[in-house]
Amino acid sequence: MVLVYAESQDGKLKKSTAEAVTYGKKTAEVLGMDCAALVLGSVSDAGDLGKYGASAVHQITSDGLAHFDSQTYTQAIAKAAEQLGAKVVILSHSTTGKSLLGRLAVRLNAGSVSGVNSIPTNDGGTFKVNKNVFSGKALAEYAISSDIKVMTLSGNSLKPEESGAAISVSTMEVDPGTSRVRVTDVTLQKGDVAPLPEAELVVSAGRGMKGPENWTIIEELADSLGATTACSRPVADIGWRPHHEHVGQTGVAIKPNLYIAAGISGAIQHLAGVNSSKCIVVINKDPEAPFFKAADYGVCADLFEVVPKLTAAIRKAKA
Amino acid sequence: MKILVCITKTPETTAKIAFKDGDTAYDENGVQFIMNPYDEWYALVRACELKEAHGGTVTVINVGPATNDVIIRKALAIGADDAIRVDTEASSALYVAKQIAAQAAGYDLVLLGKESIDYNGSEVGGMVAELLGQPYISYATTLDVNGTTATVTRDIEGGTETAEIDFPLVVSAAKGMAEQRIPNMRGIMMAKRKPLNIVAADGSDVLVAVSKYTLPTGKTSVKMIDPDNMDELVRLLREEAKVI
Ligand SMILES: Cc1cc2nc3c(=O)[nH]c(=O)nc-3n(C[C@H](O)[C@H](O)[C@H](O)COP(=O)(O)OP(=O)(O)OC[C@H]3O[C@@H](n4cnc5c(N)ncnc54)[C@H](O)[C@@H]3O)c2cc1C
Ligand SMILES: Nc1ncnc2c1ncn2[C@@H]1O[C@H](COP(=O)(O)O)[C@@H](O)[C@H]1O
Repeated sequence: MVLVYAESQDGKLKKSTAEAVTYGKKTAEVLGMDCAALVLGSVSDAGDLGKYGASAVHQITSDGLAHFDSQTYTQAIAKAAEQLGAKVVILSHSTTGKSLLGRLAVRLNAGSVSGVNSIPTNDGGTFKVNKNVFSGKALAEYAISSDIKVMTLSGNSLKPEESGAAISVSTMEVDPGTSRVRVTDVTLQKGDVAPLPEAELVVSAGRGMKGPENWTIIEELADSLGATTACSRPVADIGWRPHHEHVGQTGVAIKPNLYIAAGISGAIQHLAGVNSSKCIVVINKDPEAPFFKAADYGVCADLFEVVPKLTAAIRKAKA
Repeated sequence: MKILVCITKTPETTAKIAFKDGDTAYDENGVQFIMNPYDEWYALVRACELKEAHGGTVTVINVGPATNDVIIRKALAIGADDAIRVDTEASSALYVAKQIAAQAAGYDLVLLGKESIDYNGSEVGGMVAELLGQPYISYATTLDVNGTTATVTRDIEGGTETAEIDFPLVVSAAKGMAEQRIPNMRGIMMAKRKPLNIVAADGSDVLVAVSKYTLPTGKTSVKMIDPDNMDELVRLLREEAKVI
């Protein structure tokens, strides 16, 4: 069986779980198995995972799982995987999934690959799966030879597919142990746009903005699209923008459907974090800016003139 | 406080990526290697700062061949007291983690980078923690110590979380934990005399292996849009690229 750990937040499934379960279902088909989903804690819409192809949804509700701790969560998922006889365990490639992957690999004595982006193949019984390496500059095919396999699924790698209907949730009794992590504070950024790693539309700007006071035009462009904002590294380093917006090799790696970059030169370290985006629009006044080589659409002009025009065009098209 | 910092080497960030042996191995020919930025800028520097503030020792560990001694000496020049190199090829994340765990007895804190920028695995930290049976905080942006308790802030989706954990524990470092330090002349001279202990590897474990590399096909050439016709760009994004 293929077991998908479906992450939740505030008692609701995360958006990425639809992708993870769709991927689990397709992996299960390749292997001739069933796909089951696991939720931890109370999750009101857990049964919806049936729509994406889970033939069973299991839930562990234990006080020990009230807050995330890689140790207790690993214990819960590993015990569920053992009880259910899971051969493949799939996680989202989120901060949560990434901090569980290594632990689960050790616990289950499983071969692990992080950030996979293709449906596995199993020709001649050799399990193979792809992922990006060298910060998106190459693709590697991995062969996993262990009996049990663990993987995190890179976001935006496939479209969720509804193939079934909501199903009922069955409860499992598992003791996750006692957490040694005492959470003292959680601060969530306000606003209703998607956090950068999950965002499908991203508007980003760099040193060409001249100063932090000029960012209103970028925020308005993002607002017209419902996009999340990002920035190049120097801009975060000098404090024009918050650190969590920094994308690139040493920042967040993203692969949204649309990445609009204004006043960013397109240095190789910047490209490393964004070149998996489906569509890239570059706005730069320098026709020689390297970013144009990685772009789908380019506008060679002063961003201070073009960005407001683009915002107006989007608002007009949406009206 | 005894801190163990795991350091690895990665190709320099602008290095050309090419493959050999029928696209089954990374071609290191002509590639310059650096210390993985997360290990150097954040994990190692923060470890040195904690030592300076609270006393104790900082040991760096690398699993790899003798050619890695260059980056180990750099870590010693930045401020580590001594080093361990497990003399073997780093063939998989699990194999590396087992080598590190085998050397980690007696340390209060194991610090790693959040990921290596070549294979972007983010796996070794969790593996070491599980092998040691210790808590693991990943993607930490701040790390402070008060007696035998660590206070750690980490990035979570859409925000940050702060937690307290008693030693021993494993932490992976993300941007923000410290500022890059350039080794000075005195540090470089002292590094030459600091101990670098070479130890033999233990066991073998290859459950995963790369079977083939491919380079992504480049973008077909960019379509330039008239700056005075943003309606056209919006139309293309809608009808051609279908992304909005
Ligand atoms: C080890 C290492 C890791 C790194 N990691 C990252 C990383 O993760 N992410 C990252 O982004 N960088 C990273 N960098 C830095 C990277 O090399 C570049 O320095 C950086 O990306 C440049 O940022 P920028 O494009 O905003 O600024 P610049 O390179 O200064 O480019 C500004 C651009 O704005 C354009 N411009 C100026 N005015 C206007 C205007 N009015 N209208 C339109 N265009 C205008 C200019 O033509 C220019 O192309 C890293 C570097 C190193 C050495
Ligand atoms: N060969 C190695 N030797 C020592 N530490 C390593 C090695 N490989 C990875 N690490 C550590 O583990 C972290 C995460 O690496 P990875 O799981 O490969 O992304 C790195 O930032 C290093 O701190």
